[in-house]
Amino acid sequence: MIHQDSKILLEVSGLCANVNGTEILKGLNLTVRSGEIHAIMGPNGSGKSTFSKILAGHSAYEVTGGTVMFEGQNLLDLAPEERARAGVFLAFQYPIEIPGVGNSQFLRLTYNTVQTHRGKEELDPLEFDDFVREKMKLLEMSPDFLERSVNEGFSGGEKKRNEILQMAMLDPRLAILDETDSGLDIDALRVVASGVNQLANKDNAIVLVTHYQRLLNYIVPDYVHVMEAGRIIKTGGKELALELESRGYDWVGVEHKAAMGALA
Amino acid sequence: MSATLQTLVNQPYKHGFVTSIESDVAPKGLNTDTIRMISAKKKEPEWLLEFRLKSYEAWLKMDVPAWSNVHYPEIDFQAISYYAAPKQKPKLKSMDEVDPELLRTFEKLGVPLHERMALAGVAVDVIFDSVSVATTYKDKLAEVGIIFCSMSEAVLDHPELVKKYLGTVVSTSDNFYAALNSAVFTDGSFCYIPKGVKCPMDLSTYFRINTEESGQFERTLIIAEEGASVSYLEGCTAPAFSSNQLHAAVVELVALDNADIKYSTVQNWYSGDENGIGGIYNFVTKRGLAKGVNSRISWTQVETGSAVTWKYPSCVLLGDNSVGEFYSVAVTNHYQQADTGTKMIHIGKNTRSTIVSKGISAGHSNNSYRGLVKVAPSAAGARNYSQCDSMLVGHQSGAHTFPYIQVANNSSQVEHEASTSKIGEDQLFYFAQRGIDAEAAVSMIINGFCKDVFQQLPMEFAVEATALLSFKLEGSVG
Repeated sequence: MIHQDSKILLEVSGLCANVNGTEILKGLNLTVRSGEIHAIMGPNGSGKSTFSKILAGHSAYEVTGGTVMFEGQNLLDLAPEERARAGVFLAFQYPIEIPGVGNSQFLRLTYNTVQTHRGKEELDPLEFDDFVREKMKLLEMSPDFLERSVNEGFSGGEKKRNEILQMAMLDPRLAILDETDSGLDIDALRVVASGVNQLANKDNAIVLVTHYQRLLNYIVPDYVHVMEAGRIIKTGGKELALELESRGYDWVGVEHKAAMGALA
Repeated sequence: MSATLQTLVNQPYKHGFVTSIESDVAPKGLNTDTIRMISAKKKEPEWLLEFRLKSYEAWLKMDVPAWSNVHYPEIDFQAISYYAAPKQKPKLKSMDEVDPELLRTFEKLGVPLHERMALAGVAVDVIFDSVSVATTYKDKLAEVGIIFCSMSEAVLDHPELVKKYLGTVVSTSDNFYAALNSAVFTDGSFCYIPKGVKCPMDLSTYFRINTEESGQFERTLIIAEEGASVSYLEGCTAPAFSSNQLHAAVVELVALDNADIKYSTVQNWYSGDENGIGGIYNFVTKRGLAKGVNSRISWTQVETGSAVTWKYPSCVLLGDNSVGEFYSVAVTNHYQQADTGTKMIHIGKNTRSTIVSKGISAGHSNNSYRGLVKVAPSAAGARNYSQCDSMLVGHQSGAHTFPYIQVANNSSQVEHEASTSKIGEDQLFYFAQRGIDAEAAVSMIINGFCKDVFQQLPMEFAVEATALLSFKLEGSVG
């Protein structure tokens, strides 16, 4: 929901970043206010996933310029775990498997770590079990998820549900969903999207990183951004996604170049 | 893997202090006079001196084993002192007579000799350098006929039992280090559980090496008569010296019909510093004889210390339907080397064995699993299941697996599973993105990796082992 007077959660200005010496982000600007849902779209290799990993603090990327402010603090100064505790959540495109570590044990540790940081009470294993089972209903997950090792042997859809379950538990201020729709069949997509919709509220914000318009039929964005070659080159409303679906991405780039040319 | 990983492994050793206690140390060197001196000091019967001399003769003809995957400079066996004892009144009537400095040492180590043990329900024998200094709960155990005392006392008070069983599981000429131990062993624990008795509490021994140039050669013998059962725990620490100390122990277990012996070890000898200077050379022979029908011998070990570890707690499954188990976690860091595993020798019919080995290598360390499963022609219907998992932390460590399987009949089943994994940067990033720092993440991954083994440990030991592992790997991931 767009309210021009709601407060700014995330302000990215002129962000530049390298991986292994190759420049991936080239001056990215983005402002996200609380209550908003943003979609970042773009062709493969445009830097969408890189951007989401940089927000989360992945060490493989080197920030070479620009600033990222999150709720008034410089996000780039914080270690990845500090960003998470401050309320930045990344739903991974490929959630990693952690053999031997029980899912319920992992979920409780992450929940209690974040709660402690917020000055709230930890939950003991029994309390947590009640709490997490309630959240699992939201995603139509079977309780045996808790008994398994973190993501081990999970299907693509199960992994994505496990990500959104963590988002539901941790109640982040800013949730970045990296290609959450990839690998989901239509039923799973509907369940995951409905979970995300129920979690969206006026105090948080969601950034959807996606290649296809399909997800946006279920989670309706307030803004759609098109990324190309490391920066956002066009911003519009939800109808922009439909236009991209029918016309592809090429025309945006052409239009952008023309506009740049006109400026020069 | 980065600096974070490296930092996590580099933690100081907290048991590295030396206690200033006056010691009675024998001159360095080994010959028949040394052996006679040890035997005389301990007022041993003639047959035991013979046993020692025979072992020494055998040892002189043997070579240092060269087949294991560990490398260390040649040991000068004449540069070691073979006897070191805290200077004390020869016999202590009660705990109050123990040197307070010694008691403080064990308190620092977390070995409470007094009431705390009562709460924990554990009877403890404490071996300091070569000599047993205190055994708690002796009287209470004696009420049900259990003998739990130092080996020296057992030799004097129960010579018939010692004579009957000593050297029957690990012979005097079994291997180089066992022969050396048989010649010069100075003390250790002795435990006898009579027929039908279930030991009412866990029995425990704490070993401590305190003198810089002494070796520690302890000898432990546990006998469980028909239908008896016992759970025995062993812990080990040593001060941090820049030189290496030799530890060559022998442990023998005998389980008669329907008897059950569970032997758990948390080994945390000093492992040397982060450059591989100093540390204990740990060459240990541990073997259990499941002699009777339906008997069971179970080894659980958590090996975290020592510069070099060479150790294969084994089971000889002689009785029909007898069971052998080996659960092991071996952690190496910095320049530590471990070559450890087990031997399961199936002789009786329908004998069963289980091997679960978890090796974790960090830093520049090398960790090898070496195991033998041997099924004799007589062992019809024998079964073995082995699982050997290795985990690498960082990219400069090594993990190796050497399984040997020999089956001599066609009614037996042997299964072997193995895996290798690595704590990756992406796993740690996943934890971090959920607010969990690298140390907590590594601890959780490692504990998950080891849980099949930790489940086998008695409660307090499992807690200690978990803490020890986190401590050990702190700074290795990053």
